[in-house]
Amino acid sequence: MPEPILLVEQLSKRFGGIVATDQLSLAIPPGELHAIIGPNGAGKTTLIGQLTGELWPNGGRIIFNGDDVTTLPVHRRSALGLARSFQITSLFLDFTALDNVALAVQAHAGHSFRFWKPVRAERALRDPAMAAIERVGLADRANILVSRLSHGEHRQLEIAMALATRPRMLLLDEPMAGMGPEESARMVETLRELKKELTILLIEHDMEAVFALADRISVLVYGRVIACDTPENIRQNAEVRRAYLGEQQVATRHG
Amino acid sequence: MTVLSLRNLVVVVLLAGLLLLPIYAQVAGSPFLLTLFTRIVILAIAATSLNLIMGYGGMVSFGHAVYLGIGSYAVGICAFEGVESGFVQWPLAIAASALFALVIGALSLRTRGVYFIMITLAFAQMAYYVAIGLDRYGGDDGMILEARSRFAGLINLNDKTAFYYLCLALLFATIFLVWRLVNSRFGMVIQGARSNERRMRAIGFPVYRYRLVCFVIAGTICGLAGALLANFTDFVSPAAMHWTRSGDLIIMVVLGGMASPFGPLIGAVALLALEEALSGITEYWQIILGPMLLLIVLFARGGIDGILARLRHA
Ligand SMILES: Nc1ncnc2c1ncn2[C@@H]1O[C@H](COP(=O)(O)OP(=O)(O)OP(=O)(O)O)[C@@H](O)[C@H]1O
Ligand SMILES: [Mg+2]
Repeated sequence: MPEPILLVEQLSKRFGGIVATDQLSLAIPPGELHAIIGPNGAGKTTLIGQLTGELWPNGGRIIFNGDDVTTLPVHRRSALGLARSFQITSLFLDFTALDNVALAVQAHAGHSFRFWKPVRAERALRDPAMAAIERVGLADRANILVSRLSHGEHRQLEIAMALATRPRMLLLDEPMAGMGPEESARMVETLRELKKELTILLIEHDMEAVFALADRISVLVYGRVIACDTPENIRQNAEVRRAYLGEQQVATRHG
Repeated sequence: MTVLSLRNLVVVVLLAGLLLLPIYAQVAGSPFLLTLFTRIVILAIAATSLNLIMGYGGMVSFGHAVYLGIGSYAVGICAFEGVESGFVQWPLAIAASALFALVIGALSLRTRGVYFIMITLAFAQMAYYVAIGLDRYGGDDGMILEARSRFAGLINLNDKTAFYYLCLALLFATIFLVWRLVNSRFGMVIQGARSNERRMRAIGFPVYRYRLVCFVIAGTICGLAGALLANFTDFVSPAAMHWTRSGDLIIMVVLGGMASPFGPLIGAVALLALEEALSGITEYWQIILGPMLLLIVLFARGGIDGILARLRHA
Protein backbone atom coordinates (compact mmCIF):
# COMPACT_ATOMS: atom_id res chain seq x y z
CA MET A 1 0.00 0.00 0.00
CA PRO A 2 1.33 3.51 -0.78
CA GLU A 3 1.90 6.04 1.98
CA PRO A 4 -1.60 6.87 3.30
CA ILE A 5 -2.89 10.42 2.84
CA LEU A 6 -4.98 10.00 5.98
CA LEU A 7 -3.75 7.95 8.89
CA VAL A 8 -5.80 7.57 12.05
CA GLU A 9 -4.27 5.80 15.01
CA GLN A 10 -6.02 4.59 18.15
CA LEU A 11 -8.50 7.46 18.09
CA SER A 12 -10.81 7.69 21.11
CA LYS A 13 -13.61 10.05 21.98
CA ARG A 14 -15.93 9.88 24.94
CA PHE A 15 -19.01 11.96 25.68
CA GLY A 16 -19.51 11.39 29.39
CA GLY A 17 -20.23 7.70 29.62
CA ILE A 18 -20.70 7.18 25.87
CA VAL A 19 -17.70 5.92 23.95
CA ALA A 20 -18.33 7.46 20.53
CA THR A 21 -14.94 6.55 19.05
CA ASP A 22 -13.21 3.48 20.42
CA GLN A 23 -9.52 2.90 19.59
CA LEU A 24 -10.25 3.59 15.97
CA SER A 25 -7.49 3.15 13.40
CA LEU A 26 -7.75 3.79 9.70
CA ALA A 27 -5.33 4.19 6.80
CA ILE A 28 -6.56 5.67 3.53
CA PRO A 29 -4.19 5.75 0.55
CA PRO A 30 -4.38 8.66 -1.90
CA GLY A 31 -7.06 8.31 -4.53
CA GLU A 32 -9.17 5.85 -2.60
CA LEU A 33 -12.88 6.29 -2.04
CA HIS A 34 -13.29 4.86 1.38
CA ALA A 35 -16.81 4.36 2.67
CA ILE A 36 -17.78 4.15 6.31
CA ILE A 37 -21.04 2.47 7.12
CA GLY A 38 -22.64 1.71 10.42
CA PRO A 39 -25.92 2.03 12.29
CA ASN A 40 -27.25 5.30 13.66
CA GLY A 41 -25.18 6.48 16.58
CA ALA A 42 -22.17 4.36 15.58
CA GLY A 43 -19.93 7.44 15.77
CA LYS A 44 -19.55 8.30 12.09
CA THR A 45 -20.23 12.02 12.40
CA THR A 46 -18.15 12.14 15.56
CA LEU A 47 -15.24 10.70 13.58
CA ILE A 48 -15.59 13.40 10.92
CA GLY A 49 -15.76 16.02 13.63
CA GLN A 50 -12.41 14.88 14.95
CA LEU A 51 -10.87 14.69 11.50
CA THR A 52 -11.88 18.28 10.71
CA GLY A 53 -11.02 19.62 14.16
CA GLU A 54 -14.45 20.55 15.48
CA LEU A 55 -13.98 17.91 18.15
CA TRP A 56 -10.77 17.04 19.90
CA PRO A 57 -10.18 13.37 20.62
CA ASN A 58 -9.43 12.07 24.10
CA GLY A 59 -6.64 9.98 22.68
CA GLY A 60 -4.95 8.88 19.49
CA ARG A 61 -3.44 10.66 16.50
CA ILE A 62 -4.56 11.96 13.12
CA ILE A 63 -1.90 12.28 10.41
CA PHE A 64 -2.94 14.06 7.24
CA ASN A 65 -0.51 14.12 4.35
CA GLY A 66 2.40 13.52 6.71
CA ASP A 67 1.39 16.27 9.20
CA ASP A 68 0.10 15.52 12.67
CA VAL A 69 -3.15 17.51 12.68
CA THR A 70 -4.67 16.00 15.83
CA THR A 71 -4.99 19.36 17.63
CA LEU A 72 -4.86 21.78 14.70
CA PRO A 73 -7.76 24.28 14.55
CA VAL A 74 -10.47 23.74 11.94
CA HIS A 75 -9.39 26.51 9.56
CA ARG A 76 -5.78 25.30 9.49
CA ARG A 77 -6.87 21.82 8.45
CA SER A 78 -8.98 23.33 5.72
CA ALA A 79 -5.87 25.16 4.53
CA LEU A 80 -4.02 21.83 4.37
CA GLY A 81 -6.66 20.48 2.02
CA LEU A 82 -9.18 18.70 4.21
CA ALA A 83 -12.77 19.61 3.33
CA ARG A 84 -16.07 18.36 4.66
CA SER A 85 -19.74 18.38 3.89
CA PHE A 86 -22.33 18.36 6.65
CA GLN A 87 -24.90 15.66 7.38
CA ILE A 88 -27.34 18.38 8.36
CA THR A 89 -27.09 21.04 5.67
CA SER A 90 -25.02 23.97 6.88
CA LEU A 91 -25.01 26.85 4.42
CA PHE A 92 -25.31 30.64 4.34
CA LEU A 93 -29.06 30.78 3.88
CA ASP A 94 -29.24 34.53 3.27
CA PHE A 95 -26.66 34.43 0.45
CA THR A 96 -27.12 33.22 -3.12
CA ALA A 97 -25.72 29.83 -4.10
CA LEU A 98 -22.91 31.54 -5.98
CA ASP A 99 -22.07 33.81 -3.04
CA ASN A 100 -21.89 30.72 -0.82
CA VAL A 101 -19.41 28.96 -3.03
CA ALA A 102 -17.44 32.13 -3.83
CA LEU A 103 -16.91 32.58 -0.10
CA ALA A 104 -15.43 29.09 0.05
CA VAL A 105 -13.10 30.03 -2.83
CA GLN A 106 -12.19 33.25 -1.06
CA ALA A 107 -11.18 31.33 2.06
CA HIS A 108 -8.32 29.86 0.07
CA ALA A 109 -7.37 32.89 -1.99
CA GLY A 110 -5.11 34.74 0.42
CA HIS A 111 -6.21 36.72 3.46
CA SER A 112 -9.50 38.62 3.45
CA PHE A 113 -8.34 41.88 4.97
CA ARG A 114 -9.34 43.57 1.75
CA PHE A 115 -11.75 46.30 2.53
CA TRP A 116 -12.50 48.21 -0.61
CA LYS A 117 -12.89 46.28 -3.86
CA PRO A 118 -16.41 44.98 -4.59
CA VAL A 119 -16.14 41.26 -3.98
CA ARG A 120 -18.92 40.28 -6.37
CA ALA A 121 -16.96 41.70 -9.30
CA GLU A 122 -13.88 39.59 -8.60
CA ARG A 123 -13.55 37.12 -11.43
CA ALA A 124 -10.81 35.31 -9.53
CA LEU A 125 -13.48 34.27 -7.01
CA ARG A 126 -16.60 34.08 -9.14
CA ASP A 127 -15.19 31.91 -11.95
CA PRO A 128 -13.88 29.04 -9.80
CA ALA A 129 -17.08 29.23 -7.74
CA MET A 130 -19.18 28.92 -10.85
CA ALA A 131 -17.06 25.97 -11.98
CA ALA A 132 -17.69 24.17 -8.69
CA ILE A 133 -21.41 24.88 -8.97
CA GLU A 134 -21.43 23.49 -12.49
CA ARG A 135 -19.73 20.32 -11.31
CA VAL A 136 -22.59 19.53 -8.97
CA GLY A 137 -25.17 20.49 -11.59
CA LEU A 138 -26.56 23.69 -10.08
CA ALA A 139 -25.43 26.16 -12.75
CA ASP A 140 -28.92 27.44 -13.52
CA ARG A 141 -29.64 28.03 -9.83
CA ALA A 142 -26.46 29.96 -9.06
CA ASN A 143 -28.08 33.33 -8.44
CA ILE A 144 -30.93 32.16 -6.27
CA LEU A 145 -31.00 32.72 -2.51
CA VAL A 146 -30.04 29.50 -0.79
CA SER A 147 -33.08 29.70 1.48
CA ARG A 148 -35.21 29.28 -1.66
CA LEU A 149 -33.44 26.15 -2.91
CA SER A 150 -34.81 22.65 -2.41
CA HIS A 151 -33.37 20.10 -0.02
CA GLY A 152 -31.76 18.17 -2.84
CA GLU A 153 -30.15 21.36 -4.14
CA HIS A 154 -28.85 22.10 -0.66
CA ARG A 155 -27.16 18.71 -0.64
CA GLN A 156 -25.53 19.45 -4.01
CA LEU A 157 -24.40 22.84 -2.79
CA GLU A 158 -22.83 21.17 0.26
CA ILE A 159 -20.53 19.32 -2.12
CA ALA A 160 -19.79 22.42 -4.20
CA MET A 161 -18.78 24.30 -1.03
CA ALA A 162 -16.32 21.59 -0.09
CA LEU A 163 -14.99 21.38 -3.64
CA ALA A 164 -14.47 25.12 -3.91
CA THR A 165 -11.78 25.00 -1.22
CA ARG A 166 -9.70 22.93 -3.66
CA PRO A 167 -9.16 20.09 -1.20
CA ARG A 168 -6.91 17.05 -1.41
CA MET A 169 -9.45 15.03 0.48
CA LEU A 170 -13.21 15.20 0.89
CA LEU A 171 -15.03 14.06 4.00
CA LEU A 172 -18.66 13.58 3.03
CA ASP A 173 -21.19 13.01 5.79
CA GLU A 174 -24.25 11.36 4.24
CA PRO A 175 -24.37 13.48 1.07
CA MET A 176 -27.54 11.69 -0.03
CA ALA A 177 -29.45 12.10 3.21
CA GLY A 178 -33.10 12.83 2.44
CA MET A 179 -32.67 12.67 -1.34
CA GLY A 180 -35.09 11.00 -3.73
CA PRO A 181 -33.89 8.11 -5.92
CA GLU A 182 -33.37 10.35 -8.94
CA GLU A 183 -31.34 12.92 -7.03
CA SER A 184 -29.35 10.12 -5.41
CA ALA A 185 -28.48 8.67 -8.78
CA ARG A 186 -27.20 12.06 -9.92
CA MET A 187 -25.15 12.41 -6.76
CA VAL A 188 -23.59 9.00 -7.39
CA GLU A 189 -22.57 10.23 -10.83
CA THR A 190 -21.08 13.41 -9.38
CA LEU A 191 -19.10 11.44 -6.81
CA ARG A 192 -17.92 8.99 -9.46
CA GLU A 193 -16.40 11.96 -11.31
CA LEU A 194 -14.83 13.46 -8.19
CA LYS A 195 -13.37 10.12 -7.26
CA LYS A 196 -11.02 10.37 -10.23
CA GLU A 197 -9.19 13.35 -8.72
CA LEU A 198 -9.73 13.24 -4.99
CA THR A 199 -9.40 11.01 -2.02
CA ILE A 200 -12.85 10.67 -0.49
CA LEU A 201 -14.13 9.47 2.84
CA LEU A 202 -17.80 8.76 2.31
CA ILE A 203 -20.30 8.18 5.07
CA GLU A 204 -23.57 6.95 3.67
CA HIS A 205 -26.60 4.90 4.60
CA ASP A 206 -27.55 4.32 0.97
CA MET A 207 -26.00 0.86 0.49
CA GLU A 208 -26.55 0.84 -3.24
CA ALA A 209 -24.47 4.01 -3.57
CA VAL A 210 -21.81 2.75 -1.18
CA PHE A 211 -21.30 -0.55 -2.99
CA ALA A 212 -21.31 1.21 -6.34
CA LEU A 213 -18.64 3.76 -5.39
CA ALA A 214 -16.38 2.45 -2.67
CA ASP A 215 -12.92 0.97 -3.18
CA ARG A 216 -12.94 -0.15 0.42
CA ILE A 217 -15.51 -0.10 3.18
CA SER A 218 -15.08 0.19 6.93
CA VAL A 219 -17.90 -0.93 9.16
CA LEU A 220 -18.30 1.06 12.35
CA VAL A 221 -20.29 -0.23 15.30
CA TYR A 222 -20.25 1.45 18.71
CA GLY A 223 -17.26 3.55 17.68
CA ARG A 224 -15.18 0.56 16.67
CA VAL A 225 -14.15 -0.61 13.21
CA ILE A 226 -15.35 -4.21 13.11
CA ALA A 227 -14.35 -4.77 9.49
CA CYS A 228 -12.42 -3.00 6.76
CA ASP A 229 -12.31 -4.60 3.33
CA THR A 230 -13.34 -4.49 -0.30
CA PRO A 231 -17.07 -4.21 -1.05
CA GLU A 232 -17.26 -7.88 -2.13
CA ASN A 233 -15.67 -9.15 1.05
CA ILE A 234 -17.77 -6.86 3.23
CA ARG A 235 -20.86 -8.28 1.59
CA GLN A 236 -19.72 -11.77 2.53
CA ASN A 237 -18.56 -10.93 6.05
CA ALA A 238 -20.74 -12.75 8.55
CA GLU A 239 -20.01 -10.46 11.45
CA VAL A 240 -20.91 -7.43 9.38
CA ARG A 241 -24.15 -9.01 8.28
CA ARG A 242 -25.03 -9.79 11.84
CA ALA A 243 -24.02 -6.40 13.18
CA TYR A 244 -25.35 -4.24 10.48
CA LEU A 245 -26.37 -5.17 6.97
CA GLY A 246 -28.93 -7.86 7.75
CA GLU A 247 -30.20 -6.39 10.97
CA GLN A 248 -30.15 -2.71 10.25
CA GLN A 249 -33.56 -2.29 11.81
CA VAL A 250 -32.47 -3.87 15.08
CA ALA A 251 -29.26 -1.88 15.33
CA THR A 252 -30.98 1.39 14.56
CA ARG A 253 -31.65 3.40 17.67
CA HIS A 254 -33.43 6.26 16.03
CA GLY A 255 -34.43 7.69 12.69
CA MET B 1 -36.01 53.00 -17.70
CA THR B 2 -35.55 52.07 -14.09
CA VAL B 3 -38.38 53.06 -11.84
CA LEU B 4 -37.38 54.94 -8.73
CA SER B 5 -38.51 52.65 -5.95
CA LEU B 6 -40.27 54.10 -2.94
CA ARG B 7 -37.34 53.15 -0.78
CA ASN B 8 -34.81 54.96 -2.97
CA LEU B 9 -37.14 57.92 -3.17
CA VAL B 10 -37.31 58.18 0.61
CA VAL B 11 -33.53 57.99 0.85
CA VAL B 12 -33.05 60.66 -1.82
CA VAL B 13 -35.59 62.95 -0.21
CA LEU B 14 -34.00 62.38 3.19
CA LEU B 15 -30.52 63.17 1.92
CA ALA B 16 -31.71 66.24 0.03
CA GLY B 17 -33.60 67.36 3.13
CA LEU B 18 -30.48 66.98 5.25
CA LEU B 19 -28.44 68.97 2.73
CA LEU B 20 -30.95 71.81 2.57
CA LEU B 21 -31.87 71.84 6.25
CA PRO B 22 -29.71 74.82 7.33
CA ILE B 23 -31.31 76.92 4.61
CA TYR B 24 -34.79 75.91 5.67
CA ALA B 25 -33.98 76.53 9.34
CA GLN B 26 -32.82 80.03 8.43
CA VAL B 27 -35.80 80.84 6.24
CA ALA B 28 -38.26 79.42 8.74
CA GLY B 29 -36.45 81.26 11.51
CA SER B 30 -36.07 78.15 13.68
CA PRO B 31 -32.43 77.68 14.62
CA PHE B 32 -33.64 74.96 16.93
CA LEU B 33 -34.14 72.71 13.91
CA LEU B 34 -30.46 72.99 13.05
CA THR B 35 -29.52 72.03 16.60
CA LEU B 36 -31.87 69.04 16.57
CA PHE B 37 -30.55 67.78 13.28
CA THR B 38 -26.91 68.24 14.20
CA ARG B 39 -27.60 65.93 17.11
CA ILE B 40 -29.42 63.49 14.82
CA VAL B 41 -26.56 63.44 12.34
CA ILE B 42 -23.92 62.83 15.02
CA LEU B 43 -25.89 59.98 16.56
CA ALA B 44 -26.57 58.60 13.08
CA ILE B 45 -22.79 58.26 12.63
CA ALA B 46 -22.64 56.30 15.87
CA ALA B 47 -25.61 54.14 14.84
CA THR B 48 -24.11 53.48 11.41
CA SER B 49 -20.93 52.23 13.05
CA LEU B 50 -23.00 50.01 15.34
CA ASN B 51 -24.83 48.66 12.31
CA LEU B 52 -21.50 47.44 10.94
CA ILE B 53 -20.97 45.04 13.83
CA MET B 54 -24.57 44.41 14.85
CA GLY B 55 -26.47 44.43 11.56
CA TYR B 56 -23.85 42.99 9.25
CA GLY B 57 -21.70 41.11 11.75
CA GLY B 58 -24.35 39.81 14.16
CA MET B 59 -22.32 41.15 17.10
CA VAL B 60 -24.94 42.72 19.35
CA SER B 61 -22.91 45.16 21.42
CA PHE B 62 -24.83 46.67 24.31
CA GLY B 63 -21.99 49.03 25.12
CA HIS B 64 -21.39 50.87 21.91
CA ALA B 65 -21.92 54.30 23.50
CA VAL B 66 -18.70 53.78 25.43
CA TYR B 67 -16.85 55.10 22.38
CA LEU B 68 -19.04 58.19 22.32
CA GLY B 69 -17.82 58.76 25.84
CA ILE B 70 -14.18 58.02 25.08
CA GLY B 71 -14.24 60.27 22.04
CA SER B 72 -15.79 63.15 23.92
CA TYR B 73 -13.53 62.74 26.96
CA ALA B 74 -10.48 62.75 24.67
CA VAL B 75 -11.59 66.15 23.36
CA GLY B 76 -12.67 67.39 26.80
CA ILE B 77 -9.51 66.35 28.63
CA CYS B 78 -7.30 67.80 25.90
CA ALA B 79 -9.15 71.12 26.05
CA PHE B 80 -9.00 71.14 29.86
CA GLU B 81 -5.26 70.57 29.77
CA GLY B 82 -4.84 73.39 27.26
CA VAL B 83 -4.56 71.47 24.02
CA GLU B 84 -7.22 72.99 21.81
CA SER B 85 -6.06 71.90 18.37
CA GLY B 86 -8.50 69.52 16.71
CA PHE B 87 -5.57 68.06 14.81
CA VAL B 88 -4.39 66.64 18.13
CA GLN B 89 -7.75 66.11 19.84
CA TRP B 90 -9.54 64.20 17.13
CA PRO B 91 -6.80 61.73 16.21
CA LEU B 92 -6.43 61.12 19.94
CA ALA B 93 -10.17 60.49 20.25
CA ILE B 94 -9.97 58.04 17.37
CA ALA B 95 -6.87 56.27 18.63
CA ALA B 96 -8.22 55.95 22.17
CA SER B 97 -11.48 54.49 20.87
CA ALA B 98 -9.63 52.05 18.65
CA LEU B 99 -7.50 50.91 21.56
CA PHE B 100 -10.52 50.43 23.82
CA ALA B 101 -12.35 48.55 21.08
CA LEU B 102 -9.33 46.30 20.64
CA VAL B 103 -9.27 45.40 24.33
CA ILE B 104 -13.05 45.06 24.71
CA GLY B 105 -13.33 43.11 21.46
CA ALA B 106 -10.40 40.81 22.19
CA LEU B 107 -12.12 39.65 25.36
CA SER B 108 -15.82 39.83 24.51
CA LEU B 109 -15.56 38.21 21.06
CA ARG B 110 -14.55 34.97 22.71
CA THR B 111 -18.16 34.71 23.88
CA ARG B 112 -21.44 34.47 21.99
CA GLY B 113 -25.06 35.48 22.33
CA VAL B 114 -26.25 36.78 25.66
CA TYR B 115 -22.76 36.56 27.15
CA PHE B 116 -21.44 38.87 24.47
CA ILE B 117 -24.23 41.35 25.13
CA MET B 118 -23.55 41.26 28.87
CA ILE B 119 -19.78 41.61 28.57
CA THR B 120 -19.94 44.58 26.21
CA LEU B 121 -22.45 46.17 28.59
CA ALA B 122 -20.17 45.46 31.55
CA PHE B 123 -17.19 47.12 29.86
CA ALA B 124 -19.24 50.20 29.03
CA GLN B 125 -20.53 50.46 32.58
CA MET B 126 -16.99 50.09 33.86
CA ALA B 127 -15.87 53.01 31.72
CA TYR B 128 -18.91 54.95 32.91
CA TYR B 129 -17.92 54.54 36.55
CA VAL B 130 -14.29 55.33 35.81
CA ALA B 131 -15.47 58.59 34.21
CA ILE B 132 -17.52 59.37 37.32
CA GLY B 133 -14.37 58.87 39.35
CA LEU B 134 -12.40 61.41 37.29
CA ASP B 135 -12.67 64.21 39.87
CA ARG B 136 -10.20 66.41 38.02
CA TYR B 137 -12.52 66.36 35.02
CA GLY B 138 -15.77 67.05 36.83
CA GLY B 139 -16.56 63.51 38.02
CA ASP B 140 -20.26 62.87 38.16
CA ASP B 141 -21.20 66.32 36.84
CA GLY B 142 -18.89 66.29 33.85
CA MET B 143 -17.26 69.46 32.64
CA ILE B 144 -17.91 72.32 30.30
CA LEU B 145 -15.85 72.43 27.14
CA GLU B 146 -14.28 75.90 27.33
CA ALA B 147 -13.59 76.07 23.60
CA ARG B 148 -14.47 73.94 20.61
CA SER B 149 -11.71 72.16 18.72
CA ARG B 150 -9.62 74.54 16.60
CA PHE B 151 -8.57 73.61 13.10
CA ALA B 152 -6.07 76.39 12.31
CA GLY B 153 -8.71 78.53 10.68
CA LEU B 154 -9.69 75.79 8.25
CA ILE B 155 -13.16 75.49 9.72
CA ASN B 156 -14.80 77.29 12.60
CA LEU B 157 -16.82 74.86 14.69
CA ASN B 158 -18.57 77.74 16.44
CA ASP B 159 -20.32 78.45 13.18
CA LYS B 160 -23.40 76.27 13.58
CA THR B 161 -23.99 75.83 9.88
CA ALA B 162 -20.37 74.93 9.16
CA PHE B 163 -20.38 72.49 12.06
CA TYR B 164 -23.59 70.90 10.82
CA TYR B 165 -22.15 70.42 7.35
CA LEU B 166 -18.97 68.94 8.78
CA CYS B 167 -21.03 66.38 10.71
CA LEU B 168 -23.13 65.66 7.65
CA ALA B 169 -20.05 65.14 5.47
CA LEU B 170 -18.64 62.74 8.06
CA LEU B 171 -21.96 60.90 8.16
CA PHE B 172 -22.01 60.50 4.37
CA ALA B 173 -18.39 59.37 4.46
CA THR B 174 -19.21 56.83 7.16
CA ILE B 175 -22.18 55.43 5.26
CA PHE B 176 -20.07 55.18 2.11
CA LEU B 177 -17.21 53.53 3.97
CA VAL B 178 -19.47 50.95 5.61
CA TRP B 179 -21.14 50.27 2.29
CA ARG B 180 -17.80 49.65 0.56
CA LEU B 181 -16.65 47.56 3.49
CA VAL B 182 -19.60 45.20 3.57
CA ASN B 183 -19.34 44.57 -0.15
CA SER B 184 -15.64 43.76 -0.01
CA ARG B 185 -13.95 40.44 0.78
CA PHE B 186 -13.77 41.55 4.38
CA GLY B 187 -17.49 42.27 4.43
CA MET B 188 -18.33 38.84 3.07
CA VAL B 189 -16.37 37.25 5.90
CA ILE B 190 -18.16 39.38 8.48
CA GLN B 191 -21.59 38.55 7.07
CA GLY B 192 -20.72 34.90 6.59
CA ALA B 193 -19.74 34.68 10.23
CA ARG B 194 -23.10 36.15 11.22
CA SER B 195 -24.93 33.72 8.98
CA ASN B 196 -23.09 30.49 9.81
CA GLU B 197 -19.95 30.57 11.89
CA ARG B 198 -19.48 26.82 11.86
CA ARG B 199 -19.40 26.67 8.09
CA MET B 200 -17.01 29.63 7.98
CA ARG B 201 -14.50 27.65 10.00
CA ALA B 202 -15.07 24.53 7.94
CA ILE B 203 -14.24 26.33 4.70
CA GLY B 204 -11.10 27.72 6.27
CA PHE B 205 -11.71 31.13 7.85
CA PRO B 206 -10.14 32.11 11.17
CA VAL B 207 -13.27 34.00 12.11
CA TYR B 208 -12.13 35.65 15.34
CA ARG B 209 -9.50 37.97 13.87
CA TYR B 210 -11.89 39.30 11.21
CA ARG B 211 -14.56 39.96 13.80
CA LEU B 212 -12.04 41.73 16.00
CA VAL B 213 -10.91 44.04 13.20
CA CYS B 214 -14.54 44.79 12.39
CA PHE B 215 -15.24 45.55 16.03
CA VAL B 216 -12.29 47.95 16.15
CA ILE B 217 -13.37 49.75 12.97
CA ALA B 218 -16.85 50.28 14.40
CA GLY B 219 -15.49 51.53 17.72
CA THR B 220 -13.13 53.91 15.96
CA ILE B 221 -15.89 55.50 13.89
CA CYS B 222 -18.06 55.86 16.96
CA GLY B 223 -15.16 57.54 18.77
CA LEU B 224 -15.13 60.19 16.07
CA ALA B 225 -18.84 60.71 16.66
CA GLY B 226 -17.93 61.19 20.32
CA ALA B 227 -15.49 63.97 19.43
CA LEU B 228 -18.27 65.64 17.44
CA LEU B 229 -20.72 65.22 20.32
CA ALA B 230 -18.42 66.97 22.79
CA ASN B 231 -18.07 69.91 20.42
CA PHE B 232 -21.79 69.96 19.77
CA THR B 233 -22.88 70.03 23.42
CA ASP B 234 -19.86 72.02 24.63
CA PHE B 235 -19.99 69.59 27.46
CA VAL B 236 -18.43 66.30 28.45
CA SER B 237 -19.99 63.96 30.98
CA PRO B 238 -20.29 60.30 31.90
CA ALA B 239 -23.87 60.36 30.61
CA ALA B 240 -22.52 60.06 27.04
CA MET B 241 -21.63 56.43 27.72
CA HIS B 242 -24.51 55.48 29.98
CA TRP B 243 -26.10 52.17 29.03
CA THR B 244 -29.33 53.88 28.03
CA ARG B 245 -27.35 55.70 25.35
CA SER B 246 -26.11 52.34 24.04
CA GLY B 247 -29.72 51.20 24.09
CA ASP B 248 -30.75 54.25 22.04
CA LEU B 249 -28.16 53.34 19.41
CA ILE B 250 -29.48 49.78 19.21
CA ILE B 251 -33.03 51.10 18.86
CA MET B 252 -31.97 53.40 16.02
CA VAL B 253 -30.39 50.51 14.13
CA VAL B 254 -33.27 48.10 14.68
CA LEU B 255 -35.89 50.75 14.01
CA GLY B 256 -34.28 51.96 10.80
CA GLY B 257 -33.27 48.55 9.51
CA MET B 258 -30.37 46.28 10.36
CA ALA B 259 -27.80 45.50 7.69
CA SER B 260 -29.13 48.30 5.51
CA PRO B 261 -26.76 51.13 4.52
CA PHE B 262 -29.18 53.95 5.29
CA GLY B 263 -31.14 52.12 8.00
CA PRO B 264 -29.36 53.65 11.00
CA LEU B 265 -29.76 57.17 9.59
CA ILE B 266 -33.47 56.58 9.02
CA GLY B 267 -33.71 55.15 12.52
CA ALA B 268 -31.89 58.09 14.08
CA VAL B 269 -34.13 60.60 12.31
CA ALA B 270 -37.27 58.66 13.19
CA LEU B 271 -36.39 58.11 16.84
CA LEU B 272 -35.14 61.59 17.68
CA ALA B 273 -37.74 63.43 15.63
CA LEU B 274 -40.47 61.32 17.20
CA GLU B 275 -39.07 61.93 20.66
CA GLU B 276 -39.08 65.64 19.93
CA ALA B 277 -42.57 65.70 18.46
CA LEU B 278 -44.16 63.55 21.15
CA SER B 279 -42.50 65.39 24.01
CA GLY B 280 -44.07 68.57 22.58
CA ILE B 281 -47.53 67.03 22.82
CA THR B 282 -47.40 65.38 26.20
CA GLU B 283 -44.97 64.88 29.02
CA TYR B 284 -45.85 61.19 29.00
CA TRP B 285 -44.36 60.79 25.53
CA GLN B 286 -42.37 57.73 26.52
CA ILE B 287 -45.63 55.84 27.10
CA ILE B 288 -46.53 56.44 23.45
CA LEU B 289 -43.04 55.95 22.01
CA GLY B 290 -42.39 52.65 23.78
CA PRO B 291 -45.32 50.70 22.31
CA MET B 292 -44.72 52.26 18.88
CA LEU B 293 -41.16 50.96 18.84
CA LEU B 294 -42.33 47.60 20.07
CA LEU B 295 -44.85 47.34 17.23
CA ILE B 296 -42.27 48.18 14.60
CA VAL B 297 -39.74 45.73 15.99
CA LEU B 298 -42.34 42.99 16.32
CA PHE B 299 -44.17 43.40 13.03
CA ALA B 300 -41.57 44.86 10.72
CA ARG B 301 -38.46 42.78 10.76
CA GLY B 302 -36.02 44.85 8.80
CA GLY B 303 -37.29 48.05 10.40
CA ILE B 304 -38.54 51.08 8.50
CA ASP B 305 -36.17 50.41 5.62
CA GLY B 306 -37.57 46.89 5.42
CA ILE B 307 -41.12 48.24 5.21
CA LEU B 308 -40.12 50.63 2.43
CA ALA B 309 -38.40 47.85 0.50
CA ARG B 310 -41.52 45.70 0.68
CA LEU B 311 -43.79 48.54 -0.36
CA ARG B 312 -42.07 48.95 -3.71
CA HIS B 313 -44.80 47.02 -5.49
CA ALA B 314 -47.56 49.13 -3.99
N1 LIG C 1 -21.89 16.51 21.34
C1 LIG C 1 -22.28 15.33 21.84
N2 LIG C 1 -22.51 15.19 23.17
C2 LIG C 1 -22.88 14.00 23.68
N3 LIG C 1 -23.05 12.89 22.96
C3 LIG C 1 -22.85 12.96 21.64
C4 LIG C 1 -22.45 14.18 21.01
N4 LIG C 1 -22.31 13.95 19.68
C5 LIG C 1 -22.61 12.66 19.49
N5 LIG C 1 -22.91 12.04 20.67
C6 LIG C 1 -23.24 10.64 20.83
O1 LIG C 1 -22.19 9.90 20.27
C7 LIG C 1 -22.68 8.78 19.57
C8 LIG C 1 -22.24 8.85 18.13
O2 LIG C 1 -22.95 9.88 17.46
P1 LIG C 1 -22.72 10.24 15.92
O3 LIG C 1 -23.53 11.43 15.62
O4 LIG C 1 -21.27 10.30 15.66
O5 LIG C 1 -23.34 8.98 15.19
P2 LIG C 1 -23.53 8.72 13.64
O6 LIG C 1 -22.86 7.44 13.36
O7 LIG C 1 -23.13 9.89 12.85
O8 LIG C 1 -25.09 8.52 13.57
P3 LIG C 1 -26.13 8.87 12.40
O9 LIG C 1 -26.09 7.71 11.44
O10 LIG C 1 -27.43 8.95 13.08
O11 LIG C 1 -25.71 10.16 11.78
C9 LIG C 1 -24.19 8.79 19.74
O12 LIG C 1 -24.51 7.95 20.83
C10 LIG C 1 -24.48 10.21 20.08
O13 LIG C 1 -25.63 10.32 20.86
MG1 LIG D 1 -24.05 11.18 11.59
